[in-house]
Amino acid sequence: MSRIDLNKNWDYSEALEGTNHIRLKEKYNLFIDGVFVEPASKHYFKTTNPATGEVISKIAEAGKIDVDLAVKSARKAFKSWSKLNPKERGKYIFRIARMIQEKAKEFAVIESMDGGKPIRESRDIDIPLAANHFFYYAGWADKLEYAFSHQTPKPLGVAGQIIPWNFPLLMAAWKIAPALACGNTIVLKPAETTSLTCLKLAEVIEESGLPKGVVNIVTGAGETGSEIVAHPNIDKIAFTGSTAVGKLIQETIAGTDKRSTLELGGKGANIIFEDAALDQAVEGIINAIFFNQGHVCCAGSRLFVQENISEVVIEKLKDRMSSLVLGNPLDKNTDIGAINSREQLKTIKDYIKLGKKEGGKIYQSECEIPAKGNWCPPTLFLNVSQSSRIVQEEIFGPVLSIQTFRTMEEVIEKANNTPFGLSAGVWTEKGSKIFKLTKELNAGVVWANTYNKFDATSPFGGFKESGIGREGGLHGLKAYLKFDS
Amino acid sequence: MSLPDLFKIPPLDKLGVEERINRFCKRSIKKEAKKHGLHLALSMIDLTTLEGKDTSDKVKNLCYKARHLHDMLPGIPDVAAVCVYPNFVGVAKKELDGSDIKVASVSTAFPSGQSTLEVKLSDTIFAVDQGADEIDMVISRGKFLSGEYNFVYDEISAIKEACGKAHLKVILETGELDSLDNVRKASDLAMYAGADFIKTSTGKISPSATMPVTFVMLNAIKDYYKHTGIKVGMKPAGGISTAKMALQYLVMLKETLGNEWLNKGLFRFGASSLANDILMQLQKQESSYYQSLDYFSKD
Amino acid sequence: MKRIDVLKTYKIFIGGKFPRTESGRYSQIKDDAGELLANMCLCSRKDFRNAVVVARKAQKKWQSTSALNKGQILYRIAELLEGRKAQFIDELMMTGSSRKQAKAEVELSIDRLIYYAGWSDKFQQIFSSVNPVSSSHFNFSTLQPMGVISVIAPNDFSLLGLISVVAPLIVGGNSCVVLASEINPMISISFAEVINTSDVPHGVVNILTGKRKELVSHFASHKDVNAIIYCGDSNEEIYEIEMLSVENLKRVKIYKRIDWERKNGQSPYFIEKFQEIKTIWHPTKV
Repeated sequence: MSRIDLNKNWDYSEALEGTNHIRLKEKYNLFIDGVFVEPASKHYFKTTNPATGEVISKIAEAGKIDVDLAVKSARKAFKSWSKLNPKERGKYIFRIARMIQEKAKEFAVIESMDGGKPIRESRDIDIPLAANHFFYYAGWADKLEYAFSHQTPKPLGVAGQIIPWNFPLLMAAWKIAPALACGNTIVLKPAETTSLTCLKLAEVIEESGLPKGVVNIVTGAGETGSEIVAHPNIDKIAFTGSTAVGKLIQETIAGTDKRSTLELGGKGANIIFEDAALDQAVEGIINAIFFNQGHVCCAGSRLFVQENISEVVIEKLKDRMSSLVLGNPLDKNTDIGAINSREQLKTIKDYIKLGKKEGGKIYQSECEIPAKGNWCPPTLFLNVSQSSRIVQEEIFGPVLSIQTFRTMEEVIEKANNTPFGLSAGVWTEKGSKIFKLTKELNAGVVWANTYNKFDATSPFGGFKESGIGREGGLHGLKAYLKFDS
Repeated sequence: MSLPDLFKIPPLDKLGVEERINRFCKRSIKKEAKKHGLHLALSMIDLTTLEGKDTSDKVKNLCYKARHLHDMLPGIPDVAAVCVYPNFVGVAKKELDGSDIKVASVSTAFPSGQSTLEVKLSDTIFAVDQGADEIDMVISRGKFLSGEYNFVYDEISAIKEACGKAHLKVILETGELDSLDNVRKASDLAMYAGADFIKTSTGKISPSATMPVTFVMLNAIKDYYKHTGIKVGMKPAGGISTAKMALQYLVMLKETLGNEWLNKGLFRFGASSLANDILMQLQKQESSYYQSLDYFSKD
Repeated sequence: MKRIDVLKTYKIFIGGKFPRTESGRYSQIKDDAGELLANMCLCSRKDFRNAVVVARKAQKKWQSTSALNKGQILYRIAELLEGRKAQFIDELMMTGSSRKQAKAEVELSIDRLIYYAGWSDKFQQIFSSVNPVSSSHFNFSTLQPMGVISVIAPNDFSLLGLISVVAPLIVGGNSCVVLASEINPMISISFAEVINTSDVPHGVVNILTGKRKELVSHFASHKDVNAIIYCGDSNEEIYEIEMLSVENLKRVKIYKRIDWERKNGQSPYFIEKFQEIKTIWHPTKV
């Protein structure tokens, strides 16, 4: 054994997650009426690994004809699915939950390969949350009579669901599980850059014996989504994505009877008071903005730190940032993965340029950036003001703007001064301060002394332009039911 | 250095601490990093025997093991020190003559610390006279918990003076301190009173070292360094029995205090069975077979 | 040569182990024709005492297990019971059920376990509340399990009745000591085997076999038991239980003539009955 020079720095070696056990097809078709079928146009588009640029697979492109077929199949399946004994409905959903658990590692690896997020996150957060979401809603299927006092809830019918690329499998779970539990059938479109885990979920659904047509997966880009939204025979649209597209959807369905729930963008304020547990608050800042490379609607992207501790906090923050590892998403030690697409990377880079132009002082951790792939190092902007565009607009990347404040009233006003209202964070060890702040902040999710925590039982959704409706928990059932009154 | 206001310690959040530690434990240390880490860990061990039934022969065997961890594996470093009761310091000093391995001695009525200052001072002076390079003292936990911080501070200062050239490690006995807030308080107190190292436990009660208390102490050391420019060392003791755990502690150390602290001058493991587990891991890396303790000496 | 079967010995279930009764006594369970079915342990008050110690020890940790975990554990019990369906159908038929009845009872038992598994992380949302007090306080009411519960299980529906009473208790975070049905105690011990292989922590469920008339008074008087469930309709036994429970103000629930097969044989109120309500105040002014 060779002698090791203990005076040299101790660096982490590569610790790659194995990939030779996963099963991926070269080409994926649409999942309609319980089988995989070719798209009418015979068109396929490539899906690539954003860390390497490699093509992983080809995905079918659904057009008007395919969407129509899917909706017909869902409509037909609805007749029997909605009349099925609810406890049997629940059992199908329990099966899906268990199968995701069985295939957890495979799902995690594919999620990281296709989307760019670190394997640690897909393995420890995305996939378990997704399985738990199915597990939670499976249990509601035969208990709806208890959820809403004096109501006899009924399913809506066929739900058209469109999900984003930042948490592909988890968003599919957030949409599919409650819809099924309430007796609806589904036509779902994953984001075009991250269709794979959704298609693997289709395989699980096939294996679970779920009656055909109950869940249909049609892959494609914006146009496919428009077909779904515009389809006359869909009863409800559920959308997670940008505020701009959310507004387009509302315009499209105006005047129709279609119901909708929207989960849109955000610009979360993360507020640190002088009496916070500082080291844990700094960890909270990291989790708020660098989790999933900042591709999170509820990211704490606006830091407000009380002026008398701002120097200490920023120093601790920079210190902590220096131990973040940027690199191959499949390396178990990676903290910051790849940016999902070239388009998104350009958007982020444009905002960074803008931030500098607006007079912001930039700080970025020193990371080795790999030669191939889409990467953005963790970035801070100091010296910005409430009116800077990078403080007002959603960047959707690992970029944090930092402002100081002096009083509670001041920070509450600034935090609320935005058309968004999805999330906020408050850090203080004083109980009454927590209750005051959480009461005054206009956000659908407020985290006190923590951030970016999700649970199937906990309702999630925004105020104002961050969306309409809640997902998760008892409140999340409302999106998929109709009531007499 | 005067005592800061210990009633105003920085608050901390236990769940937040546990979540950060969870991230440390998720790091995957393989290949070269694993070998390097294991060598580092070995070089940081204070090989310890502190039993009522210790004898000269037992201590001699321990010292031999310290110098010849596993001659079948060439290239591995020596441990940092051997830790014994004061009456064996002379024996250990003789056995370790010619090596770089330090002799650490417990003192101050270890492990309880329930005695007079006179007794604690003479305990210390005796060990130092016998040649101890390092003194591991215990704080008066009863006095600490009843809020007599000045008493605890003065005691540490007095022992530090009695140490002369020897290094002083101050054992907080975190298992008796009840909360992480108290661990932080005791850490600050010990450092301001002159500790060269702060140490978690005597190893005589459960729980001994845990990652949460160690993390709190590392953060205390960091803040102290920022305020004073003085680097204090850290020693978790007891309960770290596997190579895997040792590596997790090193990850925590590296990501909290940085590379400057990753050496035996500023970090020690108080352990006995850890060494063999590390040797097994190193042997496995060489041969790629899982090992058995039958093949490693048990001293 | 006909192969000789290995006959089963039915012991009792305490703390995840299957000991014999410390009294050494047994009682014979016979079928309608008078044929011997099994020699069952005739439990004594000492077995009950031992079981309560174990149940108390296990309850604190079980209470703090996450709701998600509890639900997954109950679902696992259902998975394993489904796998052993044939055995349980046979065991029900031993005491007079027809195959059709037995199959229906076993299937409903499995579905009932799944029903309660599904409540594990939902009943809190229905029964807790945030209360709009008139002072500047944040005031909320949460549920806390009662603790250790002694159960006189239904004599009829030896499997379904047992599960219908025990599942809501444990999903709510309580632990229990159960006196099995006197008609078919064997199936409850077989069910104990299923519980034991389903990740249920040892001591959360304990099952004794024996005679009501010997044990009811102990089940009702033990001062370290927080509540008692009685399934039956003997007014004498009910009176005895209510009187003896006064000693430590044990919460008493009498289930008289519940038809476990009907829809009202299951509901979240079976969980709620064994939860205390804790109301917490915190100022909101800074």
